[in-house]
Amino acid sequence: MTRPIVAIRSVSKTFGEFQALERVSLDVREGEVLCLIGASGSGKTTLLRCINQLTSVDSGGIWLDGELLGLCEEGGRLHRLTPRQIARQRLKTGMVFQRFNLFPHMTALENITEGPVQVQRRKREDARAEAMELLRRVGLAAKADAYPAQLSGGQQQRVAIARALAMKPMLMLFDEPTSALDPELVGEVLSVMKELARSGMTMMVVTHEVGFAREVADTVVYMDHGAIVESGPAADVLGAPREARTQSFLSAVI
Amino acid sequence: MTAAHTLAGGFPDISKMTVARQAHWRRWLTAAAIVVVLAAIGRAFASGQIEWAYVGRFLAAKVILEGIANTMVMAVLAMALGIVLGVVVAIMRLSPNPVLTSVAAGYTWLFRGTPLILQLLLWFNLALVFPTIGIPGLWSARAVDVMTPFLSALLGLGLNQGAYTSEVMRAGMLSVDAGQYEAAQAIGMGRLRALRRIILPQAMRVVIPPLGNEFIGMVKATSLASVIQYPEVLHNAENIYYANSRVIELLIVAGFWYLLVVSILTPLQMLLERRFARGALQIAR
Repeated sequence: MTRPIVAIRSVSKTFGEFQALERVSLDVREGEVLCLIGASGSGKTTLLRCINQLTSVDSGGIWLDGELLGLCEEGGRLHRLTPRQIARQRLKTGMVFQRFNLFPHMTALENITEGPVQVQRRKREDARAEAMELLRRVGLAAKADAYPAQLSGGQQQRVAIARALAMKPMLMLFDEPTSALDPELVGEVLSVMKELARSGMTMMVVTHEVGFAREVADTVVYMDHGAIVESGPAADVLGAPREARTQSFLSAVI
Repeated sequence: MTAAHTLAGGFPDISKMTVARQAHWRRWLTAAAIVVVLAAIGRAFASGQIEWAYVGRFLAAKVILEGIANTMVMAVLAMALGIVLGVVVAIMRLSPNPVLTSVAAGYTWLFRGTPLILQLLLWFNLALVFPTIGIPGLWSARAVDVMTPFLSALLGLGLNQGAYTSEVMRAGMLSVDAGQYEAAQAIGMGRLRALRRIILPQAMRVVIPPLGNEFIGMVKATSLASVIQYPEVLHNAENIYYANSRVIELLIVAGFWYLLVVSILTPLQMLLERRFARGALQIAR
């Protein structure tokens, strides 16, 4: 087995009274496609947001590529990283949001080149060439100069995937990438994600698309009330779930 | 009626008929009444104690033109200062740092809480508090020499405007969806870069109408600087009527120029709005 890219150890998080995550531990290996399933409020999205530090953990730790996130150890004590250091750690992950969050004042191409040019200080021509290649890859080369408002939901989400890929992340995080889409637009986004999975990208996907998980995921994790109930190979968890809670969830969604 | 003119179910075929124009006689009546009232007011002014010849003579007088030029220079510079301060203070106000938040809140409280004319008088009379001002050991000057009417007006108007503009900018920044900030963070942007590249350009679309409003207010607020001897158009008009006693005529001259400037500014604002509506045209229409 390859080394884990993500190692989550005993992570807990509360929002006021609400226990969003409770002692969650999980490994994601290089090249693995891991789908997180579960009812809303089960903590899957919070877990994803902790990995790119849009949410901070209360206790426990997440190691990405061997590096502890958000904290550093010095003299036997933990210190919070500066915003700049956190921004640098974020570059290792790409995030795709449920509601796309494309920048509406920029064209599709500008959305994709913004990070490489402004953050990574890459040459504009190189970034543009790579962005065009990414747009071709998600099937939107003809829409390079379109503004997000001129694109359908499915097209916007494909641009958002290209925007995340442009930063050359080692891990892609998808937060319910098809939940805000009209049913007929789900397929085009899923097929881009399948292609990405085939290319060997390490992916964590929060999804309600059990069919997608069955087809693409190496591992499926079922969460409930902030804890991992069951995890294992997709065929086992989806095909022959051991836990009663997993069984009742799956029978409700399929 | 032949069968051809009847639709299924016996309804008449109305596809070839035209819709008659509505008479709108009530609109015509009110419009006529307004014209009559306006004519009466106009006639009253024409036959009142106004020497219209004086209005015409001073409308383009050199002192008046210099005055309106000074008015515009001051309005533009003070507004620029106000916008720069407003953006900085709004960013401070929304910062996670409690020291910055407090400083921003204190500034807004102080400069929004006192009358503008009082602030102008305070700046102009700063020499009464500090006879000399400067940086110890490096540079110093007499406050009366530094606090000219121009600088006093600029500081008074600009700092006051900054307090108001900061609230407009803050509202604009809050109007941008939180997901935009998260998306900016997700591609590795720090707070300031996200504000500059992602949040502020989108906030601009929202703040331009209120900022246009504020700028029109600023053009007229410069007239308060007449009390500290800044030679803007009202101040110059006053100086003329102190000499020739044509009070109303010169006030009409000044009023004409303010109206003209504001009338020109409105279409300029429309142009700016269109510029910042990039990517949003489909939603706006």
